[in-house]
Amino acid sequence: MTDSSHQPHRILYCRCAYANTVPQGVKDDVLQRLSESGLPFEAVSDLCEMSASRDPRLKQIAEGGRVKIAACYPRAVKWLFHAAGQPLPEEGVDVVNMRELSAEDVAAQLLDRNTESTPSSHPVNHAE
Amino acid sequence: MLSNENSPVQVILYEGKGASPLAAEIRLAVLSQLLDKGFAVALAKEGGRQIPTPPLKGNQRLLVLGDFVGDAPSLEDAAGQASIETVTVTGLAADEVLGLVEQFREGQPMNEPGKWKPWFPVIDYDRCTNCMQCLSFCLFDVYGVDEDNKIQVQNNDNCKTNCPACSRVCPEVAIMFPKYSGGPINGDKVNTQDLEREKMKVDISSLLGGDIYASLRNRSEQAKSRFSKERSPDKALSERKKCLTKLQQAGMIPAEVLENLPSPEEIQRRAAAAAAKADAALKAQTSAN
Repeated sequence: MTDSSHQPHRILYCRCAYANTVPQGVKDDVLQRLSESGLPFEAVSDLCEMSASRDPRLKQIAEGGRVKIAACYPRAVKWLFHAAGQPLPEEGVDVVNMRELSAEDVAAQLLDRNTESTPSSHPVNHAE
Repeated sequence: MLSNENSPVQVILYEGKGASPLAAEIRLAVLSQLLDKGFAVALAKEGGRQIPTPPLKGNQRLLVLGDFVGDAPSLEDAAGQASIETVTVTGLAADEVLGLVEQFREGQPMNEPGKWKPWFPVIDYDRCTNCMQCLSFCLFDVYGVDEDNKIQVQNNDNCKTNCPACSRVCPEVAIMFPKYSGGPINGDKVNTQDLEREKMKVDISSLLGGDIYASLRNRSEQAKSRFSKERSPDKALSERKKCLTKLQQAGMIPAEVLENLPSPEEIQRRAAAAAAKADAALKAQTSAN
């Protein structure tokens, strides 16, 4: 396995399109900020739906190196991947909670290239 | 219900070498509309590192959209298994791009937002003690055990949408429904103080035996903390009743679910079967240890 600690993190955005539990204004604003950031990113319609269908893309996300995931509660995201048989690695994964944070804070954490874990983001391996 | 279907189309918005960036408002509108229709989209940029595309299966197709300079390039799957198409979207509005993607999908089945809700329990194994209460409680065979007799969600399609009753009877708050509105069932942090104050083991047999609706009428005073409100046995029973009644009234109940509708005898039978399953798993665990 290659050392990915010096690679830039990837960005994954979850739209939560199947139930709209993430506030619409927050997810719209975050998507706009990502879209205008000039950075590449991947957006999925709904991580819950992917977990339910054991979507093989979850494996790619879990095994693809450092990643920041804009979604919902870190505890939920961690175990959604596990439920699909594709557990997230212990290191290099940050989940930024769009159900609790402002769009500005979410985008700041996603787009900050220099931080792995900021005080208000949640490495999935940390107890809450 | 198509919860085991993977999306048949993957979309890449390509803004790398050989293509011009889309206008900001078009890019955002395309992203929003595709995501809201259930498609995944990767935005690829010049020199950017993107999440690698997974191996495409035979029934999956990759659509690369871009404002290409000149003709859109031709791409092939090196393994020869999947269809990859590149399309120039120069001058197209977002809804026209969505139409292209839908056309590319060719009516293949996929879960669509608004028509299906991914509602199923997600177990937090950092908290789960493998006590089997969830297995005992659920009448719909959602839960089972693996080869090591560890509890797992085996049939998430059996779960009744918007019913989080099993999470309310979990003594360790280990069961989440990420689409639920309130915490800690939605995955929010578990309030340790609440957990200690309200520690409560639900007597499953009392929930399932006899006239369960009588117990609803005789409900005891609810504790006032969020935790106890979210985890009371009365509320769990109420939700079970609501689920069953809703199914009963819907008139479109599959035969296997119809069998489970709440005559007290049927509930007791199902409950006994679930309890036996849980008991067997617990005994197997004990003997293994």
